[in-house]
Amino acid sequence: MSNVPADLRYQKSHEWARLEADGTITIGISDHAQQALGDLVFVEAPEPGRHVNAGEACAVVESVKAASDVYSPVSGEVVAGNADLGGQPELINSDPYGAGWIMRVRPDDKAQFASMLDAKAYAAALAAETH
Amino acid sequence: MGLRTPLFDTHVAAGARTVDFGGWDMPVNYGSQIEEHHAVRRDAGMFDVSHMCVVDLRGDRVRDFLRRLLANDVAKLTQPGKALYSCMLRENGGVIDDLIVYYMNDQWFRMVVNAGTRDKDIEWLRQVAAGYGVTVEPRTELAMIAVQGPNARAKAASVMPPDIAQRALEIGPFFGIDAGSLFVARTGYTGEDGFEIMLPAEHAVALWQGLRIAGVAPCGLGARDTLRLEAGMNLYGNDMDETTSPLESGLNWTIGWEPQDRDFIGRGALAAQKASSDTRKLVGLLVEDRAVLRSHQKVIVANVGDGEVTSGTFSPTLQRSIGLARVPAQTGDRCEVEIRGKLVPARVVRPPFVRHGKVAIAL
Repeated sequence: MSNVPADLRYQKSHEWARLEADGTITIGISDHAQQALGDLVFVEAPEPGRHVNAGEACAVVESVKAASDVYSPVSGEVVAGNADLGGQPELINSDPYGAGWIMRVRPDDKAQFASMLDAKAYAAALAAETH
Repeated sequence: MGLRTPLFDTHVAAGARTVDFGGWDMPVNYGSQIEEHHAVRRDAGMFDVSHMCVVDLRGDRVRDFLRRLLANDVAKLTQPGKALYSCMLRENGGVIDDLIVYYMNDQWFRMVVNAGTRDKDIEWLRQVAAGYGVTVEPRTELAMIAVQGPNARAKAASVMPPDIAQRALEIGPFFGIDAGSLFVARTGYTGEDGFEIMLPAEHAVALWQGLRIAGVAPCGLGARDTLRLEAGMNLYGNDMDETTSPLESGLNWTIGWEPQDRDFIGRGALAAQKASSDTRKLVGLLVEDRAVLRSHQKVIVANVGDGEVTSGTFSPTLQRSIGLARVPAQTGDRCEVEIRGKLVPARVVRPPFVRHGKVAIAL
């Protein structure tokens, strides 16, 4: 079973998001997603300063098995990409909710974050997907 | 639910993720595919390959039968136990399957064929064998475990009965021995030394557990694929099939052209292809950018034409993407590959990429 921390929000496309104290939102891919992809070999995170739209493919995670787009759950300006992933893409496998974060976005509208799935709803979506 | 090998429950208990492979539920990894890959390159790993099919061929004319059936020539097999890699072709030169055949004695050869092609292979074998009075016996009751890596033979021998272990350690490369309860061959699909061990299905779990205790890492089909691709070995169904010939699949070296009067199935079609300057070829590709080759990506060779990636992956040993591609005959040493909408430059190289743990191409 994959780990779904209760304090995060999720998308059905397997991104997680956390609202930080400074109002930015940190985004990564879920434990389920990293397990399904297998060992990550390349990560392409967006450049700071870029504006992304909710639902837009803005990062790429590539594993031994396949390349996969990461969709931003919110519209806003990218304030940081995780530079550590350039040399250590496996951080996503070992710590998907911590050191394996992918990007940080300053949202245009915080309501988009509030409308994401909570942990319970995401766990239910995972259960429906695997059964 | 797919077909299951005798080791299926053992894999699941060890935390394997399983996938469908040619109708079989097989382990793809037990956690990290890359760690499994490195275990084989640096120490010892094992694969459940019980889905592959052992076929025993018996009869007074079994050698004549195989000299007609196979593109490679079993006349090369003069010492008992010696193995030969060959394609089995249709009359039009298309590859029905690639296989290994062992010469056991003048009335008995043993063949190992792929899982996904088993049924059509056996049908074809029986069809051709009928003219030679040769019996075709699939040994579906046998399991098979491949133990591969620089320390594989020593670790595997440590769990065999002492008399068999002694004989196993004396087996030369590409030979097999029938040691009663075990058939042990010094063959594999990883580019490393090692054994492929065939044994009755009911003993497979005990051998697997023994190997695990001896320090052999369980490895899934994911690592098997990156290992064989680094070793420059074709995967049937990806790199070749019935629409391609061995000449278009980098397997010229497996065609026994001499003697010229040996009339093997597909010879006429191959001879015509060989005479043509337009016959496509299978080459290795190496990508320098941070992008990964995948099968079916389009290959563009400037001023020459297009081709296609047949297998691609990220090479854990090289830390680069590598692949095999079928390209026009005139392709030189550079090309481009269309990867996720972008044209990425690639170098054309001669496989293998890695052999016996060492990088075998210029990076």
